Amino acid sequence: MRLTLTINNQRREDYVEPRMLLVHYLRDVAGLTGTHVGCETSLCGACTVLVDGNAVKSCTMLAVQADGAEIITVEGLVHDGQLHPVQEGFWEEHGLQCGYCTPGMIMASVDLLRRNSNPSEAEIRHALEGNLCRCTGYQHIIKAVQYAANKMRSGKAAA
Amino acid sequence: MFPSEFEYHRAASVKEALGLIQQYGDEARLLSGGHSLLPILKLRLAQPRHLVDIARIAELGQIAEEGGRISVGAAVRHHQVHISELLRSKLGLLAECAGNIGDVQVRNRGTIGGSLAHSDPAADYPAAVLALEGEVRLESAAGARSVKAEDFFIDLMTTAIRPGEILTAVSFAPMPAGAGFAYFKHRQPASGFAIVGVAACLRLDKGGTCQGARVGMTGLGAKAFRAKAVENALNGKAPDAKALADAAVHAADGIDPLFDIHASADFRAELARVYTRRALESAVARARH
Repeated sequence: MRLTLTINNQRREDYVEPRMLLVHYLRDVAGLTGTHVGCETSLCGACTVLVDGNAVKSCTMLAVQADGAEIITVEGLVHDGQLHPVQEGFWEEHGLQCGYCTPGMIMASVDLLRRNSNPSEAEIRHALEGNLCRCTGYQHIIKAVQYAANKMRSGKAAA
Repeated sequence: MFPSEFEYHRAASVKEALGLIQQYGDEARLLSGGHSLLPILKLRLAQPRHLVDIARIAELGQIAEEGGRISVGAAVRHHQVHISELLRSKLGLLAECAGNIGDVQVRNRGTIGGSLAHSDPAADYPAAVLALEGEVRLESAAGARSVKAEDFFIDLMTTAIRPGEILTAVSFAPMPAGAGFAYFKHRQPASGFAIVGVAACLRLDKGGTCQGARVGMTGLGAKAFRAKAVENALNGKAPDAKALADAAVHAADGIDPLFDIHASADFRAELARVYTRRALESAVARARH
Protein backbone atom coordinates (compact mmCIF):
# COMPACT_ATOMS: atom_id res chain seq x y z
CA MET A 1 0.00 0.00 0.00
CA ARG A 2 0.99 3.60 -0.46
CA LEU A 3 3.13 5.22 2.19
CA THR A 4 3.92 8.92 2.34
CA LEU A 5 6.28 10.30 4.95
CA THR A 6 9.35 12.40 5.45
CA ILE A 7 12.71 10.93 6.35
CA ASN A 8 15.40 13.37 7.46
CA ASN A 9 13.27 16.22 6.10
CA GLN A 10 12.92 14.66 2.65
CA ARG A 11 9.46 13.67 1.52
CA ARG A 12 9.10 10.15 0.15
CA GLU A 13 6.34 8.11 -1.35
CA ASP A 14 6.66 4.35 -1.65
CA TYR A 15 4.52 1.28 -2.08
CA VAL A 16 5.16 -1.29 0.64
CA GLU A 17 3.72 -4.54 1.87
CA PRO A 18 1.69 -3.90 5.04
CA ARG A 19 3.82 -6.40 6.92
CA MET A 20 7.09 -4.57 6.22
CA LEU A 21 8.70 -3.39 9.44
CA LEU A 22 9.82 0.22 9.63
CA VAL A 23 13.46 -0.79 10.13
CA HIS A 24 13.42 -2.88 6.94
CA TYR A 25 11.76 -0.03 5.07
CA LEU A 26 14.42 2.42 6.21
CA ARG A 27 17.30 0.11 5.33
CA ASP A 28 16.10 -1.77 2.26
CA VAL A 29 13.74 0.69 0.58
CA ALA A 30 15.10 4.08 1.64
CA GLY A 31 18.70 2.81 1.64
CA LEU A 32 19.49 4.26 5.06
CA THR A 33 21.56 1.53 6.66
CA GLY A 34 22.69 3.61 9.62
CA THR A 35 19.73 2.22 11.55
CA HIS A 36 20.75 -1.26 12.68
CA VAL A 37 18.80 -4.47 13.06
CA GLY A 38 19.84 -5.97 16.38
CA CYS A 39 17.71 -8.33 18.42
CA GLU A 40 14.50 -7.83 16.41
CA THR A 41 12.55 -8.34 19.64
CA SER A 42 12.25 -4.73 20.89
CA LEU A 43 14.88 -5.27 23.56
CA CYS A 44 18.25 -3.99 22.30
CA GLY A 45 17.40 -0.55 20.88
CA ALA A 46 19.87 -0.71 17.96
CA CYS A 47 17.01 0.16 15.58
CA THR A 48 15.93 3.30 17.47
CA VAL A 49 14.81 6.23 15.30
CA LEU A 50 12.73 9.33 15.99
CA VAL A 51 9.12 9.20 14.81
CA ASP A 52 7.48 12.62 15.14
CA GLY A 53 10.24 13.49 17.58
CA ASN A 54 9.90 10.46 19.85
CA ALA A 55 12.41 7.61 20.09
CA VAL A 56 10.88 4.32 18.96
CA LYS A 57 12.21 0.88 18.15
CA SER A 58 11.70 0.58 14.41
CA CYS A 59 11.73 -3.23 14.54
CA THR A 60 8.45 -3.06 16.47
CA MET A 61 6.58 -0.74 14.18
CA LEU A 62 5.12 -1.39 10.75
CA ALA A 63 6.17 1.00 8.03
CA VAL A 64 2.47 1.66 7.33
CA GLN A 65 2.02 2.81 10.93
CA ALA A 66 4.46 5.62 10.11
CA ASP A 67 2.33 6.91 7.23
CA GLY A 68 2.39 10.70 7.40
CA ALA A 69 5.09 10.76 10.06
CA GLU A 70 8.34 12.67 10.22
CA ILE A 71 11.23 10.32 10.77
CA ILE A 72 14.77 11.19 11.75
CA THR A 73 17.47 8.55 11.48
CA VAL A 74 21.10 8.83 12.52
CA GLU A 75 21.89 10.00 8.97
CA GLY A 76 19.66 13.02 9.55
CA LEU A 77 21.60 14.42 12.50
CA VAL A 78 24.47 15.98 10.55
CA HIS A 79 23.86 19.59 9.57
CA ASP A 80 26.06 21.42 7.07
CA GLY A 81 28.75 18.78 7.48
CA GLN A 82 28.81 19.29 11.25
CA LEU A 83 28.25 16.32 13.54
CA HIS A 84 25.34 16.63 15.96
CA PRO A 85 26.63 17.35 19.50
CA VAL A 86 25.60 13.83 20.55
CA GLN A 87 27.58 12.31 17.68
CA GLU A 88 30.53 14.52 18.60
CA GLY A 89 30.21 13.40 22.23
CA PHE A 90 30.41 9.72 21.26
CA TRP A 91 33.51 10.55 19.20
CA GLU A 92 35.23 12.64 21.86
CA GLU A 93 34.40 10.47 24.86
CA HIS A 94 34.96 7.08 23.17
CA GLY A 95 31.31 6.17 23.55
CA LEU A 96 31.64 3.14 21.32
CA GLN A 97 33.83 0.19 20.50
CA CYS A 98 32.22 -2.05 17.87
CA GLY A 99 29.64 0.59 17.01
CA TYR A 100 26.67 -1.71 16.55
CA CYS A 101 24.49 -0.13 19.22
CA THR A 102 25.72 3.39 18.50
CA PRO A 103 23.05 4.73 16.11
CA GLY A 104 20.31 3.61 18.50
CA MET A 105 22.18 4.98 21.52
CA ILE A 106 22.59 8.31 19.76
CA MET A 107 18.93 8.57 18.75
CA ALA A 108 17.73 7.69 22.25
CA SER A 109 20.15 10.30 23.64
CA VAL A 110 18.83 12.94 21.23
CA ASP A 111 15.31 12.16 22.47
CA LEU A 112 16.47 12.51 26.09
CA LEU A 113 18.23 15.84 25.55
CA ARG A 114 15.17 17.23 23.79
CA ARG A 115 13.09 16.48 26.90
CA ASN A 116 15.77 17.28 29.47
CA SER A 117 18.67 19.58 28.63
CA ASN A 118 20.58 18.91 31.84
CA PRO A 119 20.09 15.26 32.83
CA SER A 120 21.77 13.73 35.85
CA GLU A 121 23.78 10.54 35.44
CA ALA A 122 20.83 8.59 36.86
CA GLU A 123 18.48 10.22 34.36
CA ILE A 124 20.79 9.35 31.48
CA ARG A 125 21.00 5.73 32.60
CA HIS A 126 17.21 5.59 32.96
CA ALA A 127 16.68 7.09 29.50
CA LEU A 128 19.04 4.58 27.90
CA GLU A 129 17.53 1.51 29.59
CA GLY A 130 16.11 0.43 26.27
CA ASN A 131 19.50 0.35 24.56
CA LEU A 132 21.99 -2.45 25.15
CA CYS A 133 25.75 -2.17 24.63
CA ARG A 134 27.96 -5.23 24.99
CA CYS A 135 31.31 -3.43 24.64
CA THR A 136 31.68 -0.29 26.67
CA GLY A 137 30.18 -1.00 30.05
CA TYR A 138 28.14 2.17 29.44
CA GLN A 139 30.44 4.54 31.35
CA HIS A 140 31.79 6.21 28.23
CA ILE A 141 28.31 6.43 26.77
CA ILE A 142 27.17 8.36 29.85
CA LYS A 143 30.13 10.71 29.41
CA ALA A 144 29.29 11.16 25.74
CA VAL A 145 25.74 12.23 26.59
CA GLN A 146 27.03 14.58 29.31
CA TYR A 147 29.46 16.08 26.78
CA ALA A 148 26.59 16.65 24.36
CA ALA A 149 24.35 18.15 27.04
CA ASN A 150 27.07 20.61 28.06
CA LYS A 151 27.79 21.55 24.48
CA MET A 152 24.13 22.04 23.60
CA ARG A 153 23.50 24.17 26.69
CA SER A 154 26.54 26.38 26.11
CA GLY A 155 25.53 26.71 22.44
CA LYS A 156 22.12 27.98 23.53
CA ALA A 157 23.68 30.36 26.05
CA ALA A 158 25.95 31.78 23.35
CA ALA A 159 23.02 32.22 20.98
CA MET B 1 11.76 -11.69 11.53
CA PHE B 2 8.60 -10.26 10.06
CA PRO B 3 4.92 -11.15 10.20
CA SER B 4 3.07 -13.34 7.75
CA GLU B 5 0.98 -11.51 5.18
CA PHE B 6 -2.06 -9.52 6.22
CA GLU B 7 -4.27 -6.74 4.96
CA TYR B 8 -3.98 -3.47 6.87
CA HIS B 9 -7.02 -1.33 7.60
CA ARG B 10 -6.80 2.05 9.31
CA ALA B 11 -10.05 2.84 11.08
CA ALA B 12 -11.08 6.48 11.43
CA SER B 13 -13.78 5.82 14.03
CA VAL B 14 -14.82 3.21 16.56
CA LYS B 15 -17.85 2.52 14.38
CA GLU B 16 -15.66 1.78 11.38
CA ALA B 17 -13.38 -0.45 13.46
CA LEU B 18 -16.38 -2.35 14.81
CA GLY B 19 -17.62 -2.88 11.27
CA LEU B 20 -14.24 -4.24 10.20
CA ILE B 21 -13.91 -6.71 13.07
CA GLN B 22 -17.47 -7.83 12.49
CA GLN B 23 -16.75 -8.32 8.79
CA TYR B 24 -13.51 -10.28 9.29
CA GLY B 25 -14.34 -12.02 12.56
CA ASP B 26 -11.63 -14.41 13.80
CA GLU B 27 -9.30 -13.36 11.00
CA ALA B 28 -8.95 -9.82 12.34
CA ARG B 29 -6.83 -8.42 15.15
CA LEU B 30 -6.85 -4.88 16.52
CA LEU B 31 -3.59 -2.97 16.30
CA SER B 32 -2.86 0.02 18.52
CA GLY B 33 0.75 0.68 19.61
CA GLY B 34 1.71 -2.79 18.44
CA HIS B 35 4.04 -3.54 21.33
CA SER B 36 2.21 -6.70 22.33
CA LEU B 37 0.84 -7.69 18.93
CA LEU B 38 3.83 -7.17 16.63
CA PRO B 39 6.20 -9.40 18.64
CA ILE B 40 3.56 -12.15 18.47
CA LEU B 41 3.13 -11.67 14.72
CA LYS B 42 6.88 -11.70 14.14
CA LEU B 43 7.17 -15.00 15.99
CA ARG B 44 4.20 -16.25 13.93
CA LEU B 45 2.39 -17.19 17.12
CA ALA B 46 -0.59 -15.53 15.47
CA GLN B 47 -1.17 -15.07 11.75
CA PRO B 48 -4.25 -12.88 11.37
CA ARG B 49 -5.31 -12.07 7.82
CA HIS B 50 -6.46 -8.57 8.75
CA LEU B 51 -5.10 -5.91 11.08
CA VAL B 52 -7.41 -3.07 12.07
CA ASP B 53 -5.34 -0.09 13.23
CA ILE B 54 -7.27 1.89 15.86
CA ALA B 55 -4.38 4.08 17.04
CA ARG B 56 -5.49 7.15 15.09
CA ILE B 57 -9.12 7.19 16.24
CA ALA B 58 -9.28 10.59 17.93
CA GLU B 59 -11.66 9.64 20.75
CA LEU B 60 -9.40 6.75 21.80
CA GLY B 61 -6.53 9.16 22.38
CA GLN B 62 -8.25 11.31 25.01
CA ILE B 63 -7.67 11.67 28.74
CA ALA B 64 -10.78 13.33 30.17
CA GLU B 65 -12.50 14.07 33.47
CA GLU B 66 -16.27 13.96 33.37
CA GLY B 67 -19.00 13.37 35.94
CA GLY B 68 -16.50 12.73 38.72
CA ARG B 69 -14.62 10.04 36.80
CA ILE B 70 -11.41 10.12 34.84
CA SER B 71 -11.35 8.27 31.55
CA VAL B 72 -8.20 7.23 29.69
CA GLY B 73 -8.70 6.28 26.04
CA ALA B 74 -7.47 2.91 24.86
CA ALA B 75 -4.91 4.38 22.44
CA VAL B 76 -3.29 6.69 25.00
CA ARG B 77 0.40 5.86 25.09
CA HIS B 78 2.27 4.98 28.28
CA HIS B 79 4.39 8.12 28.06
CA GLN B 80 1.28 10.30 27.83
CA VAL B 81 -0.14 8.67 30.96
CA HIS B 82 3.17 9.17 32.72
CA ILE B 83 3.36 12.91 32.00
CA SER B 84 -0.35 13.85 32.15
CA GLU B 85 -0.86 16.57 34.77
CA LEU B 86 -4.45 15.43 35.37
CA LEU B 87 -3.38 11.84 36.00
CA ARG B 88 -0.40 12.84 38.10
CA SER B 89 -2.61 14.90 40.38
CA LYS B 90 -5.63 12.59 40.62
CA LEU B 91 -4.43 9.11 39.68
CA GLY B 92 -0.80 9.29 40.70
CA LEU B 93 -0.52 5.51 40.95
CA LEU B 94 -1.45 5.07 37.29
CA ALA B 95 1.03 7.72 36.13
CA GLU B 96 3.78 6.19 38.30
CA CYS B 97 3.04 2.73 36.97
CA ALA B 98 3.15 3.97 33.35
CA GLY B 99 6.60 5.46 33.91
CA ASN B 100 7.86 2.04 35.00
CA ILE B 101 6.79 0.16 31.88
CA GLY B 102 9.53 -1.19 29.61
CA ASP B 103 11.80 1.60 28.44
CA VAL B 104 11.46 5.02 26.82
CA GLN B 105 10.96 3.62 23.32
CA VAL B 106 8.29 1.19 24.51
CA ARG B 107 6.49 3.94 26.46
CA ASN B 108 6.47 6.12 23.35
CA ARG B 109 4.51 3.49 21.39
CA GLY B 110 2.66 1.13 23.72
CA THR B 111 -0.92 1.93 24.71
CA ILE B 112 -2.96 1.30 27.84
CA GLY B 113 -5.76 -0.42 25.94
CA GLY B 114 -3.35 -2.73 24.18
CA SER B 115 -1.67 -3.69 27.44
CA LEU B 116 -4.96 -4.42 29.19
CA ALA B 117 -6.48 -6.32 26.26
CA HIS B 118 -3.35 -8.44 25.85
CA SER B 119 -3.24 -9.15 29.59
CA ASP B 120 0.31 -10.44 29.68
CA PRO B 121 0.91 -11.88 33.15
CA ALA B 122 4.04 -9.70 33.43
CA ALA B 123 2.42 -6.45 32.27
CA ASP B 124 2.54 -3.54 34.70
CA TYR B 125 -0.76 -1.75 34.10
CA PRO B 126 -3.10 -4.50 35.36
CA ALA B 127 -1.70 -4.14 38.90
CA ALA B 128 -2.42 -0.40 39.01
CA VAL B 129 -5.81 -0.69 37.30
CA LEU B 130 -6.85 -3.31 39.88
CA ALA B 131 -5.61 -1.26 42.82
CA LEU B 132 -7.46 1.80 41.49
CA GLU B 133 -10.64 -0.23 40.90
CA GLY B 134 -10.74 0.83 37.27
CA GLU B 135 -13.57 -0.02 34.92
CA VAL B 136 -12.91 -1.15 31.38
CA ARG B 137 -15.28 0.09 28.69
CA LEU B 138 -16.07 -2.42 25.95
CA GLU B 139 -17.97 -1.35 22.85
CA SER B 140 -19.64 -3.53 20.26
CA ALA B 141 -22.18 -3.07 17.50
CA ALA B 142 -24.83 -3.91 20.11
CA GLY B 143 -23.76 -1.14 22.51
CA ALA B 144 -21.30 -0.52 25.32
CA ARG B 145 -20.72 -2.16 28.68
CA SER B 146 -18.40 -1.59 31.62
CA VAL B 147 -16.45 -4.35 33.30
CA LYS B 148 -14.76 -3.92 36.67
CA ALA B 149 -11.03 -4.62 36.56
CA GLU B 150 -11.48 -7.48 38.99
CA ASP B 151 -13.86 -9.19 36.56
CA PHE B 152 -11.86 -8.26 33.47
CA PHE B 153 -8.73 -10.37 33.97
CA ILE B 154 -9.80 -13.98 33.67
CA ASP B 155 -6.70 -16.07 33.09
CA LEU B 156 -3.35 -16.07 31.31
CA MET B 157 -3.76 -13.60 28.43
CA THR B 158 -7.50 -14.07 28.72
CA THR B 159 -9.93 -11.24 29.45
CA ALA B 160 -13.65 -10.58 29.51
CA ILE B 161 -13.53 -9.07 26.00
CA ARG B 162 -16.02 -10.91 23.77
CA PRO B 163 -15.72 -11.41 20.01
CA GLY B 164 -16.88 -8.25 18.26
CA GLU B 165 -15.96 -5.97 21.17
CA ILE B 166 -13.33 -3.24 21.31
CA LEU B 167 -11.78 -1.99 24.53
CA THR B 168 -12.21 1.76 24.10
CA ALA B 169 -11.29 3.24 27.50
CA VAL B 170 -10.59 2.59 31.14
CA SER B 171 -12.10 4.87 33.77
CA PHE B 172 -11.45 5.55 37.43
CA ALA B 173 -12.71 7.46 40.40
CA PRO B 174 -9.98 9.94 41.41
CA MET B 175 -7.84 8.81 44.32
CA PRO B 176 -9.00 10.35 47.62
CA ALA B 177 -7.14 13.46 48.74
CA GLY B 178 -4.15 12.55 50.86
CA ALA B 179 -3.98 9.00 49.58
CA GLY B 180 -0.58 7.35 49.58
CA PHE B 181 0.41 5.11 46.73
CA ALA B 182 3.37 3.30 45.19
CA TYR B 183 4.20 0.96 42.33
CA PHE B 184 7.23 -1.24 43.01
CA LYS B 185 8.51 -3.89 40.64
CA HIS B 186 11.32 -6.34 40.16
CA ARG B 187 12.31 -5.81 36.54
CA GLN B 188 13.44 -8.33 34.03
CA PRO B 189 16.66 -6.49 33.18
CA ALA B 190 16.51 -6.72 29.38
CA SER B 191 12.80 -6.27 28.66
CA GLY B 192 11.74 -4.34 31.75
CA PHE B 193 8.77 -6.69 32.19
CA ALA B 194 7.67 -7.17 35.81
CA ILE B 195 8.92 -10.41 37.30
CA VAL B 196 6.74 -9.18 40.14
CA GLY B 197 4.99 -5.81 40.31
CA VAL B 198 2.97 -4.43 43.23
CA ALA B 199 0.64 -1.43 43.08
CA ALA B 200 -0.57 -0.18 46.46
CA CYS B 201 -2.80 2.68 47.51
CA LEU B 202 -4.25 3.53 50.89
CA ARG B 203 -5.20 6.43 53.12
CA LEU B 204 -4.82 7.18 56.81
CA ASP B 205 -7.75 8.37 58.94
CA LYS B 206 -7.42 11.10 61.57
CA GLY B 207 -6.19 8.61 64.11
CA GLY B 208 -3.48 7.45 61.72
CA THR B 209 -5.21 4.15 61.03
CA CYS B 210 -4.94 2.59 57.59
CA GLN B 211 -8.15 2.64 55.51
CA GLY B 212 -9.11 1.58 52.02
CA ALA B 213 -5.88 -0.27 51.32
CA ARG B 214 -5.88 -1.83 47.88
CA VAL B 215 -3.07 -3.92 46.47
CA GLY B 216 -2.79 -5.05 42.85
CA MET B 217 -0.26 -7.73 41.98
CA THR B 218 1.20 -8.63 38.59
CA GLY B 219 3.86 -11.10 37.46
CA LEU B 220 3.25 -13.58 40.26
CA GLY B 221 0.38 -15.64 38.85
CA ALA B 222 -1.26 -16.42 35.53
CA LYS B 223 -3.22 -13.18 35.79
CA ALA B 224 -2.98 -9.98 37.76
CA PHE B 225 -5.10 -10.00 40.94
CA ARG B 226 -6.05 -8.07 44.07
CA ALA B 227 -4.07 -9.27 47.09
CA LYS B 228 -7.06 -9.10 49.41
CA ALA B 229 -5.43 -11.02 52.24
CA VAL B 230 -2.87 -8.21 52.43
CA GLU B 231 -5.57 -5.55 52.32
CA ASN B 232 -7.64 -7.23 55.04
CA ALA B 233 -4.61 -7.58 57.27
CA LEU B 234 -3.90 -3.88 56.97
CA ASN B 235 -7.24 -2.07 57.07
CA GLY B 236 -8.08 -0.71 60.50
CA LYS B 237 -4.51 -1.09 61.76
CA ALA B 238 -1.91 1.48 62.67
CA PRO B 239 0.58 0.99 59.84
CA ASP B 240 3.79 0.62 61.80
CA ALA B 241 6.66 -1.41 60.39
CA LYS B 242 5.48 -4.62 62.01
CA ALA B 243 1.90 -4.26 60.77
CA LEU B 244 3.11 -3.67 57.21
CA ALA B 245 5.48 -6.65 57.34
CA ASP B 246 2.75 -8.85 58.83
CA ALA B 247 0.34 -7.85 56.07
CA ALA B 248 2.89 -8.30 53.26
CA VAL B 249 3.48 -11.90 54.33
CA HIS B 250 0.12 -12.73 52.73
CA ALA B 251 1.05 -11.38 49.27
CA ALA B 252 1.20 -14.81 47.60
CA ASP B 253 -1.53 -16.52 49.63
CA GLY B 254 -3.63 -18.89 47.54
CA ILE B 255 -1.65 -18.23 44.34
CA ASP B 256 0.12 -20.80 42.22
CA PRO B 257 3.20 -18.74 41.22
CA LEU B 258 4.55 -18.73 37.67
CA PHE B 259 8.13 -19.88 37.12
CA ASP B 260 10.56 -19.41 34.25
CA ILE B 261 14.28 -18.93 33.61
CA HIS B 262 14.17 -15.59 35.42
CA ALA B 263 12.60 -16.70 38.70
CA SER B 264 11.43 -19.93 40.31
CA ALA B 265 7.98 -20.15 41.87
CA ASP B 266 9.38 -19.88 45.40
CA PHE B 267 11.55 -16.91 44.49
CA ARG B 268 8.60 -15.16 42.81
CA ALA B 269 6.48 -15.65 45.93
CA GLU B 270 9.29 -14.23 48.07
CA LEU B 271 9.68 -11.28 45.69
CA ALA B 272 5.93 -10.66 45.97
CA ARG B 273 6.14 -10.50 49.77
CA VAL B 274 9.23 -8.26 49.78
CA TYR B 275 7.96 -5.87 47.11
CA THR B 276 4.54 -5.69 48.75
CA ARG B 277 6.17 -4.62 52.00
CA ARG B 278 8.25 -2.00 50.18
CA ALA B 279 5.24 -0.69 48.26
CA LEU B 280 3.18 -0.46 51.46
CA GLU B 281 5.97 1.33 53.33
CA SER B 282 6.30 3.84 50.52
CA ALA B 283 2.52 4.37 50.27
CA VAL B 284 2.23 4.95 54.03
CA ALA B 285 5.15 7.39 54.00
CA ARG B 286 3.48 9.36 51.21
CA ALA B 287 0.09 9.32 52.97
CA ARG B 288 1.76 10.82 56.06
CA HIS B 289 3.60 13.45 54.07
